[in-house]
Amino acid sequence: MSGSSNIVAMKKIVQQLRFEANINRVKVSQAAAELQQFCIQNALQDPLLTGVSSSTNPFRTQKAFSCSCDISAGEKTKKTTAMMCN
Amino acid sequence: MSVSDWLLFLLVRSLSLASLPGSIPFSSLQVQPQPDAKMCDQTFLAITFGPCDSCGLNKPLMNIYLKNEPINYCSLCVELMACQGLATGETIHTLKAESESLKTKLEEERAKLHDVELHQVAEKVEALGQFVMKTRRTLKGHGNKVLCMDWCRDKRRIVSSSQDGKVIVWDAYTTNKEHAVTMPCTWVMACAYAPSGCAVACGGLDNKCSVYPLSLDKNENLSAKKKSVAMHTNYLSSCSFTNSDMQILTSSGDGTCALWDVESGQLLQSFHGHSADVLSLNLAPSETGNTFVSGGCDKKANVWDMRSGQNVQSFETHESDINSVKYYPSGDAFATGSDDATCRLYDLRADREVAIYSKESIIFGASSVDFSLSGRLLFAGYNDYTINVWDVLKGTRVAILFGHENRVSTVRVSPDGTAFCSGSWDNTLRSHSQVGCSSGKWWRWRLNGS
Repeated sequence: MSGSSNIVAMKKIVQQLRFEANINRVKVSQAAAELQQFCIQNALQDPLLTGVSSSTNPFRTQKAFSCSCDISAGEKTKKTTAMMCN
Repeated sequence: MSVSDWLLFLLVRSLSLASLPGSIPFSSLQVQPQPDAKMCDQTFLAITFGPCDSCGLNKPLMNIYLKNEPINYCSLCVELMACQGLATGETIHTLKAESESLKTKLEEERAKLHDVELHQVAEKVEALGQFVMKTRRTLKGHGNKVLCMDWCRDKRRIVSSSQDGKVIVWDAYTTNKEHAVTMPCTWVMACAYAPSGCAVACGGLDNKCSVYPLSLDKNENLSAKKKSVAMHTNYLSSCSFTNSDMQILTSSGDGTCALWDVESGQLLQSFHGHSADVLSLNLAPSETGNTFVSGGCDKKANVWDMRSGQNVQSFETHESDINSVKYYPSGDAFATGSDDATCRLYDLRADREVAIYSKESIIFGASSVDFSLSGRLLFAGYNDYTINVWDVLKGTRVAILFGHENRVSTVRVSPDGTAFCSGSWDNTLRSHSQVGCSSGKWWRWRLNGS
């Protein structure tokens, strides 16, 4: 009978709300400060944040370096081109 | 209507029911082959026939949970119990009034502690430098939309599932396919890698979650060793192993989540509280204990205690279905992605929403979210084929990634945080990582003025 199941459902809702209303809360400023603290403490260990150099990146492109660069122009140009190709 | 009138009415009804000619063979309605197998559901009310725990008569039974204990009462005894449960003076009207006043009280309590916004606290934090993300690998091989993916703890293997029923295990570094399984159903919406790396779990429109042990022998037919673990009464939307290979947590379109023992297939705990399909779940990082968060089509995100089945916190600020939920790495907060085109961050200790990640130009729903290892970045895949990268603390967008040719259905960061992988309805998966800068000075952090 729908009447009694409504009552049972309502009782459950009221009980759940009573439970939720009684939990301990902290201020947003404190909670936010702790979230920020965690971010900063772990920032250096986050490769997606700091980036990984090509030599250690397991996802780097594995094919042979084939790029037409002017070797005669000197070491500096070659190094820049290498970085760009990665 | 007084209690005695009510009892009289029930007595008359029970007499009229007893005079029904013949008996319907309820055994033919049983969906399970084993008579005592448990099913987790919210849609069926009577699925077994037998003696009532209360009155002892053989009748169709309602399988209900009282204080997390399963009880088999016939429908008459359930109604009697419901009437006894009412304290004097309680009617449906007083209960409704009390629920409204409690809801207002809850809002007031939450508002009292809302003294500042997260991005205001984060004003002193140095802004992120320029972000250049590059797509490193494209995994091609699925014949249809990729719906879900998961990383193995060895940081290189990936399992992915698609609409055509195929579940593929890839080596993300070499893009080789290591295993492939064809499920007997289409729309495999959930897949998960076991912590040991020795098995994968998947499910979808078959309403089940099946575990396939992975073998080193490539020629072995994986389907032969398949084990059906979970049974729901509607599609399986998400599954996840707990800290071991022995237990699986599932969420389903039937509005419930459930915890199962893999070996026996037994239901260990069920979680009722959502009023519509549950689309996603995520377990808390192991240091913070036995809780998980779930999000569903009722726009609510609920946090549950895995041992008691109790819904400990509930958040309802989204304006549409929540497609994805993910814990912040510290376990103190979680993010959600929703069809209302926003992602939101909820803090568990402050018990409220603390940030919204949205832009007027973003009008398509977010299908999947994940955090980077430090929690500073939030990667969100959207239905407009892009992935947006948000600065969690400041609330701003730091990068957009293009490349997929259809909606992005799933985004997951690898366990070591070096890359993240996205799966899409364009049948491919792509892994991306941050391009390193050799001078390195932009990533040295300082709090300005401290």
